[in-house]
Amino acid sequence: MLEIRDLHASAGDRQILKGINLTVNAGEVHAIMGPNGSGKSTLAGVLAGRDGLEVTGGTVTFKGQDLLDLEPEERAREGVFLAFQYPVEIPGVNNAYLLKAGLNEVRKHRGEPELDAMDFMTLIRERMALLQMDDTLLSRPVNEGFSGGEKKRNEIFQMAVLEPTLAILDETDSGLDIDALKTVAGGVNALRSPDRSMVVVTHYQRLLNYIVPDFVHVLSGGRIVKSGGKELALELEAKGYGWIETEPATASV
Amino acid sequence: MTQIATGADSYAAQFAASAQASALPNALASLRDDAFHCFDRLGFPTTRMEDWRFSNVAPIAQTPFVAPERTPTYGQAALDALSLPKLGGPELVFVNGWFMPGLSTTDGLPAGVRARSLAEVLVSDPDTVLPHLGRLARIENHAFTALNTAFLRDGAVIEIGAGIVVDAPIHLVFITTGGGVPVMSQPRALVLADANSQVRVVESHAGEGDTPYLNNTLTEIVVADGAVVDHYAIVREAQAGFRIGGLFARLGRASNFSSHAITLSGAIVRHEAHVVLDGEGAVCTLNGLYLGNGQQLVDNQTTMDHAKPHCDSYELYKGILSGRSRAVFNGKIIVRLDAQKTDAKQSNKALLLSEDAQVTTKPQLEIFADDVKCTHGATVGQLDAESLFYLRSRALSEAQARQLLIHAFAADLLSHIKIDAVRRQLDTLLTERLPVGAGG
Repeated sequence: MLEIRDLHASAGDRQILKGINLTVNAGEVHAIMGPNGSGKSTLAGVLAGRDGLEVTGGTVTFKGQDLLDLEPEERAREGVFLAFQYPVEIPGVNNAYLLKAGLNEVRKHRGEPELDAMDFMTLIRERMALLQMDDTLLSRPVNEGFSGGEKKRNEIFQMAVLEPTLAILDETDSGLDIDALKTVAGGVNALRSPDRSMVVVTHYQRLLNYIVPDFVHVLSGGRIVKSGGKELALELEAKGYGWIETEPATASV
Repeated sequence: MTQIATGADSYAAQFAASAQASALPNALASLRDDAFHCFDRLGFPTTRMEDWRFSNVAPIAQTPFVAPERTPTYGQAALDALSLPKLGGPELVFVNGWFMPGLSTTDGLPAGVRARSLAEVLVSDPDTVLPHLGRLARIENHAFTALNTAFLRDGAVIEIGAGIVVDAPIHLVFITTGGGVPVMSQPRALVLADANSQVRVVESHAGEGDTPYLNNTLTEIVVADGAVVDHYAIVREAQAGFRIGGLFARLGRASNFSSHAITLSGAIVRHEAHVVLDGEGAVCTLNGLYLGNGQQLVDNQTTMDHAKPHCDSYELYKGILSGRSRAVFNGKIIVRLDAQKTDAKQSNKALLLSEDAQVTTKPQLEIFADDVKCTHGATVGQLDAESLFYLRSRALSEAQARQLLIHAFAADLLSHIKIDAVRRQLDTLLTERLPVGAGG
């Protein structure tokens, strides 16, 4: 599904990713953990095609094609979805309108017919129930005036509608209280499937109590310095990141 | 210099000929005379004048415009080709400033409402209009107002009797077409809304051909006590066309006036809206949406003159500029000594889609009363990069994403347009005319 090889990337003149290697197979959930500034969000941004990040080395292959060669919208149509750490408020753009336009672009790309208003609403209502979203959010401008929890829920709701094959959740837990966290995690879990992979970026282990990963990787100083199973997250929770950062980087070079 | 002098001579000769040709009521003939003397004294404005500092009208001053006679051959097919909005109500069509009865209809006007040609009223019923012409649009200090008044021959006169509510919007269509000659069209519109009446008036300005022309229009609106007037000026001049437009309104007690200035095209478009809130409790809204691209100059000037207490005014202007276009917004708010409890809000927002587009925005507050609320703000920005990325990450193409964001920028102004046919057409035109490619 996703093959990252020796990925280097910089923002401005700052080198942030310094040789990432990661393989994600279909159906797997990988957690990327690490201290602030370790490059987690940069990795998520590079995968989704964010402007201002420059890939200075390495390759990313997604479903057999060069992901880095694709525009952000082409990645989205191929099935990459980024749940934003800070979802953007877009006054004047209606939530439902954006979803319908996006979904129909994805469907066109897949060679499926566009959904009419009726079928679209049926799908929408079904997916809204998954996230326990309020109907009124649909007719409101994208994220405008949403609470922190509503914004994050809206991200996962969009994911549920667009049905990606690779979902990247960038600190989806940040700023959520425990109830909101459970709702969001419940939505994510409902979307787990054998042909959908997920990369869950988080600073804290707590989210991983609810979205149980198959693999946990620790990112530090722009490299993956440790990989393991879900128990690694618990170890990090107990011991903090300090013991990892002092270890020599064994995973690369 | 010689060129401009020649221009002035040519206007003098044309004025003399026009004065001889038209049998006008004495009062009007003398107003026209005064106006021409003012124009002659003032000359076309230059950028050395404060009100014109950022608006260079030299291309207008340097073109020898000709005041055209009637163009009786202009037909329905040519009109249809301009695809102006179909409002389905009364429609008065003017070509080069002259009323075209064959293209116009006054069907559907309720009793007590009249929509007539100014030329006709000046012959049959001059006392209706003479007290009003030039009363709000003063000739002394404004060359274009003076020029329009000097050549005043025809236009629209709309009278709404007391208490009458007119359902269908009244459409005034002003077309300028020179057939290769640089013509100047100088129509006049006079709207008299008597006490507690309600009316919507839509002005559509459009032009044809590649030859420069001048569409120099003046609209005077008297909004009597308790009347509600909703006014639109939709400017779609030809690429080579110049348009200078003046809107003057006087608001009576507890009246409500709104005007929407929509500028979509034209080489130089200046729209001035001067409103006097002259009765307690009057409410005025001035909204504007302007698009600029290529080398266009779009200039909006407003004066909100609070003369009486307890009046509210709202101004929201938004511009979308690309290419090397330039825009000017100058919003003056005057609060007279007497005008306590004034609440005035003004905002100008511009979206720049290219490196070379420019906007100059200047609020001007002159406040003489001490118990008032006045706020103003201006923002100039570009499309938000993070919003663009967000939309693209949801599978929208860059062009779609840009279009959606630009459209969203204009959305609140469109939502204030209460005539469906106008709003729908603007929606479409916005989508068609906006540059969506990367970098504008």
